[in-house]
Amino acid sequence: MPDAQVLPFDGDRHRRRQAHEHEEAPRDERDEAGGGLGGDVERAVIAGLDFLRRRLAGDYTVDETGFDPDLTDHLLLPVLRGLYEGWFRVDARGLENVPDGGALIVANHSGVLPMDGLMLVVALHDHHPSMRRLRLLGADFLFRWPVFGQLARSGGVTVACNADAERLLGHGEAVGVFPEGFKGVGKPFSERYKLQRFGRGGFVSAALRTGVPIVPCSIVGAEETYPMLADLRPLARLLGAPYAPVTPLFPWFGPLGLVPLPSRWHVQFGEPIHTDGYGAAAADDPTLVLELTDHVRETIQHTLYAMLLHRKSVFF
Amino acid sequence: MARVVLVTGVSHDPGAGLAVSLAKRSDVDRVIGVDVVPPRTSIVPAEFIRADVRGASLSRLLDTYDVDTVAHAGVLTGPARAGGRTGQKDINVLGTMQLLAACQRAERLVKLVVRSSTVVYGLSPRNPALFTEDEPPRTPPASGFAKDVVEVEGYTRGFARRRPDVTVTTLRLAYLLGDDSALSRYLCLPVVPTVFGYDPRLQLLHRDDAVEVLVRGCVEDHPGTFNVAGAGVLTVSQAAHLAGRPTVPVFWPAVGTVARLLRHAHVVDFNPELAATVMYPQIVDTSALAGEFGWLPVHSTREALLDFVRDAGPRPTPPTAAFAGAEDEHA
Repeated sequence: MPDAQVLPFDGDRHRRRQAHEHEEAPRDERDEAGGGLGGDVERAVIAGLDFLRRRLAGDYTVDETGFDPDLTDHLLLPVLRGLYEGWFRVDARGLENVPDGGALIVANHSGVLPMDGLMLVVALHDHHPSMRRLRLLGADFLFRWPVFGQLARSGGVTVACNADAERLLGHGEAVGVFPEGFKGVGKPFSERYKLQRFGRGGFVSAALRTGVPIVPCSIVGAEETYPMLADLRPLARLLGAPYAPVTPLFPWFGPLGLVPLPSRWHVQFGEPIHTDGYGAAAADDPTLVLELTDHVRETIQHTLYAMLLHRKSVFF
Repeated sequence: MARVVLVTGVSHDPGAGLAVSLAKRSDVDRVIGVDVVPPRTSIVPAEFIRADVRGASLSRLLDTYDVDTVAHAGVLTGPARAGGRTGQKDINVLGTMQLLAACQRAERLVKLVVRSSTVVYGLSPRNPALFTEDEPPRTPPASGFAKDVVEVEGYTRGFARRRPDVTVTTLRLAYLLGDDSALSRYLCLPVVPTVFGYDPRLQLLHRDDAVEVLVRGCVEDHPGTFNVAGAGVLTVSQAAHLAGRPTVPVFWPAVGTVARLLRHAHVVDFNPELAATVMYPQIVDTSALAGEFGWLPVHSTREALLDFVRDAGPRPTPPTAAFAGAEDEHA
């Protein structure tokens, strides 16, 4: 590695810090009493420190689209996995409907904060047989924000535009999109599970142009994470945000209000809708694009109603 | 075919390297390098002629030497060499205008190669992951070098329309470290200030690859506009860490103050352009280059950075050295 010579000082410091932690590790082991568990802790500590060293030394790779597998696997996914397994107890079904090649996953959007997208990332990574990476398309608004925009980029989110969608689909990636956008995620609680307008069908033309199947995905449970009781429009306009939500916990409990309600989630991936039969020129046929858009929307809406009928409780 | 190449901007890279490389080729008869100041290192076997692209003398020069190929590499990425932003703009915009006016009259001219930059795509949070050559900018550049480049490309397109018999190649080069650009000096700071919460990707081009692509543009026929960048990307903080510099995140509202401080302390010209560079990505797709030239930069972005760091020395540049560079700029 040629950077070894560049970083004599840093490399040394990290090595020393790691050695220091090695001395501490046995103490952990004694505390835990169980040798196996202590070993796990030690491994976790070493893995964590190694991750820190890589981050500080710049020893990781970010791909051209900004996706950072190192940060995603060692920081973002473990955090999201905790939410997925422990908090929302997501029950994901129909993952076999997501093929191994390029696929466009279209889902309903809800819950003030886009938790639904993040949970789809975990579902496809942890529970799909091929451990698929879901590349989400996010509003350009997101990338204007510090920290969130950056974390989203590192986690594989890119700007929702046809250029990016087609590039990723063309490379055989699974791309996730929420055509409702802010209209869906920022709708009042009284309109829960009512799909909003599906935009101009840009996602359908991207799928047609690249010939990848569209997988409709219905998410039940996300609406109840942050039930939006009111929207403070003037405040939203002042802050330049798309909406300023009032939920049962926010803003009354301050940062605590950011804790999502522990609703139980059900995710259903539907039968893929194949687009390769139409040919790439079909992307320029607005009638077909709008028909397909409606078809996808109806499929998701009907699945949502069916899932809601079978749901016994919001939280259990 | 008799080849006489006129290269502008030979006092600095990539123009200097281009003149030398071209002059060493057997299929090039003569290379004339022009600039307002003499090159720092000799450009032999190329010949140097002191000429100002802003003056009208170029037309005579093109005729006297029977120039058939013009390589316009004299676009300045930073204000240092021109003695300020006004001078930089003069050389970039008016210089290009004068040069192309002279080219339009040069009857023997068959080829024009223009060094442009990927900064034409503008900096915006709405930028797509990668720009192809035909992608319009989301936020068109409004100031500085990027604005100059937009104008240079505009004049070049105008020239291509008026002289359809001339093969025009526009090469949009990614950031070159080691020139006097603000980004190189920024990465040389002992402590690199970043904008809190933003860590965009950077694409770099190795100096040797920049020279190589310009040479290929001059001796081969590749009409059109092409992105040129090393493979792979680095984030700003990653680049700083690889260069052995710690980073200090500065909150966005304080960036203006820090930028002013750095500028007034003559440490680095932390202009609004540079601040945006370390906030939003501007990454290009080089597949058109691969398709047309059958060649891609040999050095990756990471190698370009590591080579730059090695040449700049493994130790952080002492502030005095950076200061000396800045003095130059204000002289």
